[in-house]
Amino acid sequence: MILAFIEQRDGVIKKVSYEVVSKAVASGKITGEKVAAIFCGNEVSGIDNLAGYGLEKLYFMKNPDLNNYSSSAYSELVSKIANQISAKTVLFGNTAMGKDLAPRVAVKLSAGIITDCVELEVSSDSIKAIRPAFAGKARQVVSLRTPVKVFTLRPNVFKAETGSAGNLDIETITENSVNLASKVVSVKKSEGKLDVAEADIIVSGGRGLKEAANFNLIENLAEALGAAVGASRAVVDAGWRPHREQVGQTGKTVSPTLYVACGISGAIQHLAGMSSSKYIVAINKDKDAPIFSVADYGIAGDVFEIIPALTEELKKQSN
Amino acid sequence: MKIAVCVSHVPDTATKIKIGANNKEIEKTGVTFIINPYDEFAVEEAVRTKEKFGGDITIISIGDDQNKETIRKALAMGGDKGVLLKTAEALDSISVAKLLSEEIKAGGFHIVFMGKQSVDYDNSITGQLTAAMLDYNCISVCVSLSIEDSKVTAEREIEGGREVVETSLPVIITAQKGLNEPRYPSIKNIMDAKRKTIEDKPVTAGEISSEVIEMRLPQPKNPGRIIGTDKSAVPELVRLLKEEAKVI
Repeated sequence: MILAFIEQRDGVIKKVSYEVVSKAVASGKITGEKVAAIFCGNEVSGIDNLAGYGLEKLYFMKNPDLNNYSSSAYSELVSKIANQISAKTVLFGNTAMGKDLAPRVAVKLSAGIITDCVELEVSSDSIKAIRPAFAGKARQVVSLRTPVKVFTLRPNVFKAETGSAGNLDIETITENSVNLASKVVSVKKSEGKLDVAEADIIVSGGRGLKEAANFNLIENLAEALGAAVGASRAVVDAGWRPHREQVGQTGKTVSPTLYVACGISGAIQHLAGMSSSKYIVAINKDKDAPIFSVADYGIAGDVFEIIPALTEELKKQSN
Repeated sequence: MKIAVCVSHVPDTATKIKIGANNKEIEKTGVTFIINPYDEFAVEEAVRTKEKFGGDITIISIGDDQNKETIRKALAMGGDKGVLLKTAEALDSISVAKLLSEEIKAGGFHIVFMGKQSVDYDNSITGQLTAAMLDYNCISVCVSLSIEDSKVTAEREIEGGREVVETSLPVIITAQKGLNEPRYPSIKNIMDAKRKTIEDKPVTAGEISSEVIEMRLPQPKNPGRIIGTDKSAVPELVRLLKEEAKVI
């Protein structure tokens, strides 16, 4: 059996979970294994949508205390179901929750674990995972020797593929008491902004913006594109932007569909963190800046002239 | 309070990576190694914890004699003594966690700090694995921490915000940038650190659960085009993004 972990926040299933289910279903077709998914929570909207991804079995572990993440409770429940169905492979999204939970589950199942996979080559008798290392400066091809294997899949890389909708059997298991040795008591949301780790489009700014206040240009462009705001390490260290926006080796490694780098020269640590983006646009006045070596499209000009013009053009075309 | 900090010795983030002759790991010749940047936040938090509650801080690292440089750096920041778990084996996260958990168990530590990930293999799971093996609580990716009696409250970074987590000692905390501002050791601290003890403990990991089949460099990107030098290029850029890349 293959078990996919479904992540929810506020009862809403995270996008990466559809990607994880799709990969589990596709792998099951190759190995001939059945696929199940597990969901921990209390309320959920749109759970039936999972049927559209070819999922046939879902374990819904239900308790009001599971609404928020608890590493102790979640790891016990996921391991319990994995053992019950003799799962040989357990898949998670490589998210804040997935990275916290998957290793604990791996220990409970005496499983090996590979994180942040960007490819999973599944055959009838082996699984090879490809994952970035050194923030993307290198790639590793890794396999596991253990009978039970745990993988976390990088968001936005695996396709969430809807297929023929099957019958989804949802087995609700009401848990009377859960282990809350460690529990989330509240969540503080950053002000209504998209997170770089989850965004399809990222607009990032660097030292070329000259001062913190000029990031309004980046914010406006991000808004016009429906994008998250990112930042280079230099501007985070200067205190212009919060660390959660930092892209690169001591920030986040991202793979969006489109990455727009504005006033970023492209230090090796930054390039490592974003060069696996599908398309890269660079706007920088120095035509020799390293960022142009990874950019698909570049404008070698003044960010203060080009960013507002680009924002205007996008707004004009969307009207 | 018995405090431990686990530190790793990693290539400087400015390193241009080359693949070694066996195609399984990086070429280490000529590479400068540093204390893992996230471990500096872990050491700093350990020192602050000691300043508040008293106790002593043990710095633990796995690797060869080279790691002593990183242990000394942590000692200069305020660690009391070091332990080098000495091995030349190529380890994975699980084998590292096993070795750490044995050492932590033997030391009976109440709180253990680590960086949230090492900037070499970027697994970001060693703290959680070690805690699970020890049956310690664990809060990963911490950006704030408070301890009262045995109650531990921390904020951890998640997508689009922070989770406030409550748990209790014994606990493993993995540090994210932003948890604190690491101190620069003074010359005196650095000199004092040279006199602190680093104990060598030869260890063997046993069977490794994962196998690196290959390590390679990513496919180089095809060089793109510079389509202009001023705002007159903007309509063309938008057209390319819409019609060629089809990403907007």
